[in-house]
Amino acid sequence: MIEARNLVKRYGSTMAVSDLSFSIRPGLVTGFLGPNGAGKTTTMRMIVGLDAPTQGSVTVGGRSYRDLPAPMREVGALLDAKALHGGRRARDHLLCLAQSNGIPRSRVDEVLRTVGLEGVARRRAKGFSLGMGQRLGIASALLGDPAVLIFDEPVNGLDPDGIRWVRTLMRALAAEGRTVLVSSHLMSEMALTADHLLVIGKGRLIADTSVDEFVRSSSRQPVHVRSPRAAELAARCRQAGATVRAGTGPDVIEITGMDSAEVGSLAAAHGIALSELIPLRASLEEAFMELTRDSVEYQAAGGTR
Amino acid sequence: MTGAAIALAGPDHRAAFRASTFGDVLRSEWTKLRSVRSTFWALTATVVLGIALGAVISAAAAHGYAKSSVSGKLSWDPTAVSLDGMGIATLAIAVLGVLCVSSEYSSGMIRTSLIAVPKRGRVLAAKSLVLAVVTFVVGEATSFTAFFAGQALISGHAPHAALGDPGVARAVAGAGLALTALAVLSVAAGALLRHPAAAIACMIAVLFVLPGIAQALPDSWRNPVTEFWPTQAGGQLTSVHHSAHTLLPWPGFGVMCLFVAIVYAIAWTLLDRRDA
Repeated sequence: MIEARNLVKRYGSTMAVSDLSFSIRPGLVTGFLGPNGAGKTTTMRMIVGLDAPTQGSVTVGGRSYRDLPAPMREVGALLDAKALHGGRRARDHLLCLAQSNGIPRSRVDEVLRTVGLEGVARRRAKGFSLGMGQRLGIASALLGDPAVLIFDEPVNGLDPDGIRWVRTLMRALAAEGRTVLVSSHLMSEMALTADHLLVIGKGRLIADTSVDEFVRSSSRQPVHVRSPRAAELAARCRQAGATVRAGTGPDVIEITGMDSAEVGSLAAAHGIALSELIPLRASLEEAFMELTRDSVEYQAAGGTR
Repeated sequence: MTGAAIALAGPDHRAAFRASTFGDVLRSEWTKLRSVRSTFWALTATVVLGIALGAVISAAAAHGYAKSSVSGKLSWDPTAVSLDGMGIATLAIAVLGVLCVSSEYSSGMIRTSLIAVPKRGRVLAAKSLVLAVVTFVVGEATSFTAFFAGQALISGHAPHAALGDPGVARAVAGAGLALTALAVLSVAAGALLRHPAAAIACMIAVLFVLPGIAQALPDSWRNPVTEFWPTQAGGQLTSVHHSAHTLLPWPGFGVMCLFVAIVYAIAWTLLDRRDA
């Protein structure tokens, strides 16, 4: 459980985070979304005590991070995969972190195996690819077997295989009852990984809601359909009040204003076979754009008064 | 909301672990120090400079002794001569001390370190203590070796010293001690300035440049500098012959330690207050 109350961070005259309150619950993957410069990283840095809030407070399990008796046992954080000494071997890097929190040496080899780096454990970290660096960062977050995990852009630099591995890992960690906070600007990735969303823009909270609700609240949520009788189905959907756009092929259409269930039953009622019926979850991106654009406009209007 | 119900099924983390201790942080810092190459090279440089350079200086000074003036012969300090290499070796230790903190800033490792140990004072204290112990052991070994090697080269050409002579054991052991104080000062400078190049430049200025400039100043300026400049004052611990306008060995070392303590306190306070 991570709780922020009226969190404010000011750097000189710039307001990085302003009056942010949220609570992140266990058992869920919470996606932390926002455009670049929205204050995601600053918020995460305040959670783990790297930056001191200008005002307000943030606690992990009811305690301020600096007061945790064995921080790595309670919170695992990956804020920057490159935040390590390149001249140190992967295993030594993890060992010095484990030792600092009284974590047994055996756990180092365990997490190296978990992230698939056991083969390069004795190599110096500066030779690592971005993807290997991310894996090493994830390994350090897992060292203390913590109940709370915080990842800032964990899929950065990973190949598709790695991305899927991270997604599975996040889901597994949450399924074990842990609190998982993941920031990303890849909306499609968040749609697949997160249960809950925390959206910020210009340091302010824009949305704190489930992924489904967030997407549903968006005005546009198209359904992708492939059918040999696409033209006929398009006509029927228009009659039902939906908007239909031509898709990537002659047998593909995109329908807005009806959900996939409605499209499916309409097609069934007219005996139209469908070869694909996909509610476009990628519209999370559009929902996100819509929301953050609003926040920017609101900010600009507020500033001129 | 089913989150709470799932959480109960998850692992109970709170009961399973003990609090992290200063001993844990010490072990961690020891691993950090021994697992980078710069440590090995800096310590090798310390030993080689301290012993080899000391030997070369001892041999050269001993051969020049016969031709030196009366005042030169009066101030002849074979112990200090054999330990001259240690003065240059301080540079290697200063670089090591600065790097063991500032390389964490330049690489970004400091953020990982402070997330692991958010009680920041512990990180600085553990770093300093580990480096101080390592420097003390290496420094003493180097200074005693340099002393015996130096005396062996001096004997036969000029009066040489023995460990049992008054003040000699103190001077030889003092060289290792002064090196240790300098190591701690370098750690503090690294934490204070955060940039390796800036901190190393600053240490060189404190150790060599400013005392050097003072030599060019009129006596009324030069004498207080030679007397009270921390690194000069601390260096008195390593000489047997007491020259004018210098502090006595232990008060001199006291001045150095006081200076280290002040810089350290500033570094400690800033480390705690600044965003990492």
